[in-house]
Amino acid sequence: MIAAVAFYVFAAILIASAAMVVSARNPVHAVLFLILAFFNASALFVLAGAEFLAMILIIVYVGAVAVLFLFVVMMLDINFSALREGVQRYAPVGAAVGLVLLIELGFVLGGWKFADGAQSLRFAPNAANVSNTAQLGRLIYTDYILLFQTSGLVLLVAMIGAIVLTLRDRGGLGTHASRRQDIATQIARMPQDTLVMLHVPTGGPTGAYLKPLKVEPAEIIEHNTHAPHEAAHGEH
Amino acid sequence: MMAVGLGHYLAVSAILLVLGIFGIFMNRKNVIVILMSVELILLAVNVNLVAFSASLGDLVGQVFAMFVLTVAAAEAAIGLAIVVIYFRNRGSIEVEDVNLMKG
Repeated sequence: MIAAVAFYVFAAILIASAAMVVSARNPVHAVLFLILAFFNASALFVLAGAEFLAMILIIVYVGAVAVLFLFVVMMLDINFSALREGVQRYAPVGAAVGLVLLIELGFVLGGWKFADGAQSLRFAPNAANVSNTAQLGRLIYTDYILLFQTSGLVLLVAMIGAIVLTLRDRGGLGTHASRRQDIATQIARMPQDTLVMLHVPTGGPTGAYLKPLKVEPAEIIEHNTHAPHEAAHGEH
Repeated sequence: MMAVGLGHYLAVSAILLVLGIFGIFMNRKNVIVILMSVELILLAVNVNLVAFSASLGDLVGQVFAMFVLTVAAAEAAIGLAIVVIYFRNRGSIEVEDVNLMKG
């Protein structure tokens, strides 16, 4: 009984916040309502017995995707009022399409039923005394390992794609220039390139000690990678 | 197994899908809200998969919901990266201005 009440409450908040996502004037509010919708959807998942998916929904959607949306909305200086000019023009079309779609889906919902042999076609029936997470783990690491690896590949491609798309090589000098790592130079660097040997006066401890060679910050930028080397030779 | 019938979950999922499609039509200019609407549509798909999975007692639906979630996350990342570079080039994110390629 209380679970049914909880379902109706969560479903009502989910639908209301989804409506606010598409109709909010301020995109920041839209993102916040999207987060509320995700939380309520994950509550519905818990009610359906899919705890692992509910937690994944919160971590992935709220923790990553919604924050990414919020980040982009706040980072870009967008004139949002100009973007809402055509709403009155487009809303009737959208409402008409949505209404037709909703009526069609209502017909489908009213008339469908399970096939006779549906229960016997189950691939991975719910085991009795095993938690949802353990069952899902057994499934994705055995029967669905190929799809699991492929989804990892999809994420890798998305990550590389996002980096490649947004990476910008700024030209220019000084602090505005993009610093690049030159691995060959780093590996080929010798101690005498950056350190200078000092002879200490007699009376103190015997021998000598090393002092870091003074390197001008400007030399990092370009065509000056050999300058410290020559400077070190000049000292001797 | 479930607190309410499968039909309730399917109704919620259907309304969520319709709201997502309505959002795409209504915010024709704002590509960020369009991406959020796509997220809502994918959430409706996930609710559908989980509801059938719980009703039938078959876990495969939840496995596929997880894959849908993965693809949704990748799609959001790439879509927002495209939005960022488009804004950097044009200073606006109006979808109707996107005709540089004259496709």
